[in-house]
Amino acid sequence: MINSQNIIARSATTTPPPQARSHVEEVAKLIDVSKCIGCKACQVACMEWNDLRDEVGECHGTYDNPTDLTAESWTVMRFSEHETADGNLEWLIRKDGCMHCAEPGCLTACPAPGAIVQYANGIVDFDSNHCIGCGYCITGCPFDIPRISPKDSKSYKCTLCSDRVNAGMEPACVKTCPTNCIEFGTKADMLDRAAKRVGDLKALGFRDAGIYDPAGVGGTHVMYVLHHANDPNRYSGLPKDPRISPLVGAWKGVTKPIMAAIIGITAFAGVIHYVTKGPKEEPEESADADPTALGYDATRRRDDADDRPHGGDR
Amino acid sequence: MKRSQDRLVRYSPLDRANHWTMVIAFVLLALSGLAFFHPAFFFLSHSLGGPVWARILHPFLGLLLVLLFVAMAVRHVSRNLLGENDVQWMRQIGDVLDNRDDKLPPIGKYNPGQKLVFWALVVSIAALLVSGVIMWRPWFAGYFPIPLIRLASLVHALAAFVAIVTIVVHVYAALWVKGSIRSMTQGWVTRAWARHHHGLWAREQEEKQRREQQP
Repeated sequence: MINSQNIIARSATTTPPPQARSHVEEVAKLIDVSKCIGCKACQVACMEWNDLRDEVGECHGTYDNPTDLTAESWTVMRFSEHETADGNLEWLIRKDGCMHCAEPGCLTACPAPGAIVQYANGIVDFDSNHCIGCGYCITGCPFDIPRISPKDSKSYKCTLCSDRVNAGMEPACVKTCPTNCIEFGTKADMLDRAAKRVGDLKALGFRDAGIYDPAGVGGTHVMYVLHHANDPNRYSGLPKDPRISPLVGAWKGVTKPIMAAIIGITAFAGVIHYVTKGPKEEPEESADADPTALGYDATRRRDDADDRPHGGDR
Repeated sequence: MKRSQDRLVRYSPLDRANHWTMVIAFVLLALSGLAFFHPAFFFLSHSLGGPVWARILHPFLGLLLVLLFVAMAVRHVSRNLLGENDVQWMRQIGDVLDNRDDKLPPIGKYNPGQKLVFWALVVSIAALLVSGVIMWRPWFAGYFPIPLIRLASLVHALAAFVAIVTIVVHVYAALWVKGSIRSMTQGWVTRAWARHHHGLWAREQEEKQRREQQP
């Protein structure tokens, strides 16, 4: 764990994390989908810098390779062939990976203290050393990003090269991108760049061009420039309005302290009942009672009014 | 010989062994489960040897509990249906809580409170089983869509809450009603206890005993 003085949120922690460096500027990665040529250099750079060697997979008849994110493939180019209404074909390529949400669903869901942290610069990082392998981060993520490794049952995803960024360098994918489709800088700068690119695209005739920085998760620290920002779903299922699911909110939110309190109150009510009302003492058999005798007249019908067995001498 | 005349058998050795195995499983499940329930309880994950072991073992313990519970429930379900005087007993719940037992109508082997515990556990344990399998990593969760896992996670927490509250009530009732813990540790209750707390059951058992003694 680097940058340990610099954490603004920490999983499964109810007290404030260390956050002395509150002046740190937020960073962002900007992916201009319109400039991507699908060369996969970013995938290779990611493998190289992070020392990841995924298994060789299978070809599913598309350029997607590997076909999905894995614990050892933290970024994947997703290719989609979209037919427009006028019969043209659009080949849309999106570099998929962690979006580094300002309000991360993974961090909200994680039950292990400190297994997921958010740095002041906006990067959401997994501390695999504290990961317990429950997969709640997958349950919480609105983008379906984290993956549990079958080798060690720990969860993995893009770190935004937090180690490189901490040393003043850009992420490996940014450094290697041959078309400058991926850029990195402060979030404010990247929003400026994105706005300029959106203007360029609009001038080229892409009327619906726009920035993907979804407000539902408080904005993200990985942003896209899309030529069809009105329909992000077209880019291999990028969600239009991602947010932490209300089910996750209910699961991890206010319900738990309420339920915990009710369990405690129930037990406490037992204590109070016992000390105010007292126990039901064991009824005593009268000393001269014939132990073989029935406690009632067995010749009478059950529904007779006073056929109750009595409770001893109480 | 006279001693056994004063007693009625309430739980067989098999019932008792099953019950106390379930107690061990439930306590470990509740402690390890609470660890994932809220950060305030995370330290309880050490009850199963640390957080990772807790994550690994919790579901297997859950399966064990389900098997034992089903064995118990099948044996005792007929005694837990709504019976004679149950509604009247519930109406007089104030008398029950105030220990005014002499005003209560005689009831069967289980009183309505015990029956409520039984059914609350049937429902919550069934919900825990289904939702637990859906969220079980690394074995099963991967086969289910993420929105379903989210729902299962919420259901699992709610059902666990119901089960834990129910067990707290169950444990308190055992401490409150003297003589009942011995029935689950040694298997017997006194005749007076049975007549006092479960009149209809006592009559049934005593008639059975008498038939056996007078061929």
